[in-house]
Amino acid sequence: MPISPAEPGPAAVHDIVVLGAGPAGLATAVAAAARGARVALVDAGPRPGGQYWRHRAGDDGAAHHDWDRFRRLRDGLDAHRDLLDHRSGHTVWHVERTGAGFTVHTLHAGRPYEIRGRTVVVATGAYDRQVPFPGWTTPGVFTAGAVQALLKGQGVVAGRRIAVAGTGPFLLPVAAGLAEAGAEVVGVFEAGRPLAFGRHPFTVVRNAAKLAEGAGYLRTLARHRIPYRTRTTVVAAHGTDSVTGVTVARLDAGWRTLPGSARTLDCDTVAVGYGFTPQTELAVQLGCAMERDGDGSLVARVDSRQRSSVDGVYAAGEACGVGGARLSLIEGELAGLHAAWATTGARPDRRRLARLLRRRAAQRSFAAALHRAYPVPGGWRTWLEEDTVVCRCEEVDVAAVRRAVTELGATDPRTVKLCARPGMGLCQGRVCGYATAGLVAEADGREVTADDLRGMAGRPIAQPLPLGVLAAGADGAGNEA
Amino acid sequence: MGAACAYYCTAAGLRVEVVERGAIGGGTSGAGEGNILVSDKAPGPELELALLSSRLWRELGAELGAEALEYEAKGGVVVAGSAETAEGLRRFTAGQRASGVHATDIGPDELFALEPRLTREAVGGAHYPQDAQVQPVLATAHLLRHARRRGARVHCGTRVTGFVRDRHDAVIGVRTDSPTAPVRHARWVINAAGTWAGELAGLAGAPVPVLPRRGFVLVTEPLPRVVRHKVYTAEYVANVASGDAGLETSVVVEGTRGGTVLIGASRERVGFDREISLPVLRRLAAQAIGLFPFLSGVSLLRSYLGFRPYCPDHLPVIGPDPRAPGLLHACGHEGAGIGLASATGHLLAQRLTGAEPDLDLTPFRPQRFAEATA
Ligand SMILES: Cc1cc2nc3c(=O)[nH]c(=O)nc-3n(C[C@H](O)[C@H](O)[C@H](O)COP(=O)(O)OP(=O)(O)OC[C@H]3O[C@@H](n4cnc5c(N)ncnc54)[C@H](O)[C@@H]3O)c2cc1C
Ligand SMILES: Cc1cc2nc3c(=O)[nH]c(=O)nc-3n(C[C@H](O)[C@H](O)[C@H](O)COP(=O)(O)OP(=O)(O)OC[C@H]3O[C@@H](n4cnc5c(N)ncnc54)[C@H](O)[C@@H]3O)c2cc1C
Repeated sequence: MPISPAEPGPAAVHDIVVLGAGPAGLATAVAAAARGARVALVDAGPRPGGQYWRHRAGDDGAAHHDWDRFRRLRDGLDAHRDLLDHRSGHTVWHVERTGAGFTVHTLHAGRPYEIRGRTVVVATGAYDRQVPFPGWTTPGVFTAGAVQALLKGQGVVAGRRIAVAGTGPFLLPVAAGLAEAGAEVVGVFEAGRPLAFGRHPFTVVRNAAKLAEGAGYLRTLARHRIPYRTRTTVVAAHGTDSVTGVTVARLDAGWRTLPGSARTLDCDTVAVGYGFTPQTELAVQLGCAMERDGDGSLVARVDSRQRSSVDGVYAAGEACGVGGARLSLIEGELAGLHAAWATTGARPDRRRLARLLRRRAAQRSFAAALHRAYPVPGGWRTWLEEDTVVCRCEEVDVAAVRRAVTELGATDPRTVKLCARPGMGLCQGRVCGYATAGLVAEADGREVTADDLRGMAGRPIAQPLPLGVLAAGADGAGNEA
Repeated sequence: MGAACAYYCTAAGLRVEVVERGAIGGGTSGAGEGNILVSDKAPGPELELALLSSRLWRELGAELGAEALEYEAKGGVVVAGSAETAEGLRRFTAGQRASGVHATDIGPDELFALEPRLTREAVGGAHYPQDAQVQPVLATAHLLRHARRRGARVHCGTRVTGFVRDRHDAVIGVRTDSPTAPVRHARWVINAAGTWAGELAGLAGAPVPVLPRRGFVLVTEPLPRVVRHKVYTAEYVANVASGDAGLETSVVVEGTRGGTVLIGASRERVGFDREISLPVLRRLAAQAIGLFPFLSGVSLLRSYLGFRPYCPDHLPVIGPDPRAPGLLHACGHEGAGIGLASATGHLLAQRLTGAEPDLDLTPFRPQRFAEATA
């Protein structure tokens, strides 16, 4: 099915436009096309797979988990080529509601495209959640996900001596991958104490397979003699032009550093991740009801059919809650079946739906247990200096954020953003949104709310686009289309 | 508007409480631009108000710190694309000059000297050195901060739900949704509820017809300073004064301190519709490129929208309301409520303290709409 560049005239209307081709989007597209729906699958990346299966051209998948599943999904894309229009390299900058459904506006190779659909599925995934600490903007400090993406997507090892820090089970595969690729990992510093996981034996048993994976990574770490420390993290990075070392300290349960526990380590690279932030701006654009999930992230609310609160808009995968690739696959399949049902009338098998819902419930309770086992308590705010940068795009420091509350009377992140500019720069608050909300709530003497997060998550233009491209749209001034 | 009233009333020695249902600047003031323009106004009461405002903002810049407010008197440049428009503009500036506006008619050479990246299709224009700007939320926050220092109390997250009246039906306070302080007494109540002022006035039985007029603004990626003034086309003036419900876009382009270029703003009457409108954004982008062709390759980072509070006759409502003694209005300033806030606050403070007013408020009286239909 052809898609039309942005120019007037009638264009093909798909039953479903899937936004994002990670595990969730792939599962959606294949399930829906298999039920006879006309699907467009849109992703900014050059190849399908998303965060989980990010790979190089010609990759044999040896370094990936569940690669067989990926191959089957990729084969599914091919098998349904007549119905399924896969658009890679298309960055979605806006989704517009129209009388007949939705128009997805993308930028591809510098040109605007419009892809129309009766329904859309938001499967835009998540990215690393960051909390600031002194020195976190020094070159050589990466997010854990960026280090992983470099490795998986380009075969590049981010540095030679690497410290891995933050919280969550995904630090382990990152460290293991780096070690296998030949980097010296000076330590994995887990700010939480995941043993607390043992307090939820029921969900753990149901997901023994998942834990075995974690145990496998731990064995890899042991084989490479990489220390794994809990209740410990990197609280500062040193160096001016590039990282020369870090300060590592032990933490109490609320993540305040234990006096006298700080020590410095030499390294040239730091990989940090404090869980994930769902990529929700397209859901917010569309007006979907949002809520604060167990891990403190803003997510799109969905029902048992993966429907959001807005007619015709579904959400699947980490955009509606961080829970790992398997949950994303299940939610994607559900969304695909239901969106196909709604648009083509192809009724899904009841037992298949029931099975998916059961597995979704199990994976969700596992995810909830993970969220409880790896919380991000507010103590990270005590690691900061007044001049620690919060928003790196606009170079806004901690003092400026706090001043906006204490002196200027701002009571929410949106007002702080308007007063002190955190989140106004190129990344539009993707990086600093969580931290800004946390700092503002603290200065205002309260807990972070969903509204606080929303105030930093709205991006009517999801990705930057040249004004000339915008103007060239259907009723523009007739510039190059 | 409320912040300016609080600032000038506390300066005049009054005790003030500010009741805001959301956050400071959380209404239209946090969703617009902060131009303080005299250039776009034809001779008449609004221009008088604008000239007074312009002077007062200069003083506020000196008192509160130009940096803090991001007050900048960068001046405005109006561009004519045809000889005919240029001729019309010259007639317009002549009238403005007679009312005290500094306006210089300029030819293309002067135009390109002021704005080197401007389209070479421009044939002439006018330069307005008095045009200035503030960052609206910072201005609001700093006005309130100074008011607080002089004893004002600011209650955010508190909604006014009704008015308290005495035996003679005079307004003597407001009711709020705050469980701790459901009633706040006051000798006077100022309605500065912006686009929602009509609703609030309705609660007092003294309706004023304030309606929303939607506007979008585009914000680009940060650039080195390439646009030096507020630059707009001569057609803008016609649009500002128009009462047309249809979409009107006549773009104002300017660089900001942060390096981003602001492109604003559209005008359309569509109620409180918050859905982004791509046709509007496209037109703004196309018109901005028409003025500054280099913008074509510059990236748009974000856009935002707000709802200007407008009255059918395009004049604000300022002053006491005889239908509800004790109630005063400071609303309906449409697309100029930041610029006109200083004079509005100042004139109301003069009124409440019995000082000799700098300007006659009669053209802005709240009962004028009822008179018109009577
Ligand atoms: C370092 C790391 C290690 C991990 N290890 C594991 C593990 O061992 N086990 C496990 O179960 N999970 C793991 N995960 C999590 C796993 O990657 C996610 O759960 C999974 O990828 C989520 O799938 P998704 O389809 O929801 O989103 P994603 O895989 O993130 O896919 C979203 C897609 O949407 C696209 N997209 C987003 N916005 C736009 C836009 N505006 N325009 C166009 N395209 C857009 C992106 O390009 C991306 O391809 C790990 C994650 C990381 C970062
Ligand atoms: C796109 C755009 C561009 C603009 N550009 C400019 C410009 O360049 N220069 C300029 O001068 N003006 C400009 N304006 C207009 C300007 O923003 C408005 O005129 C001005 O903000 C109005 O200020 P206000 O205080 O009256 O209203 P608001 O800022 O809206 O304040 C009213 C407040 O009252 C509160 N409120 C309402 N009801 C209640 C209640 N029942 N109880 C408690 N609180 C209540 C609201 O929450 C709100 O915060 C622009 C507007 C837009 C939309």
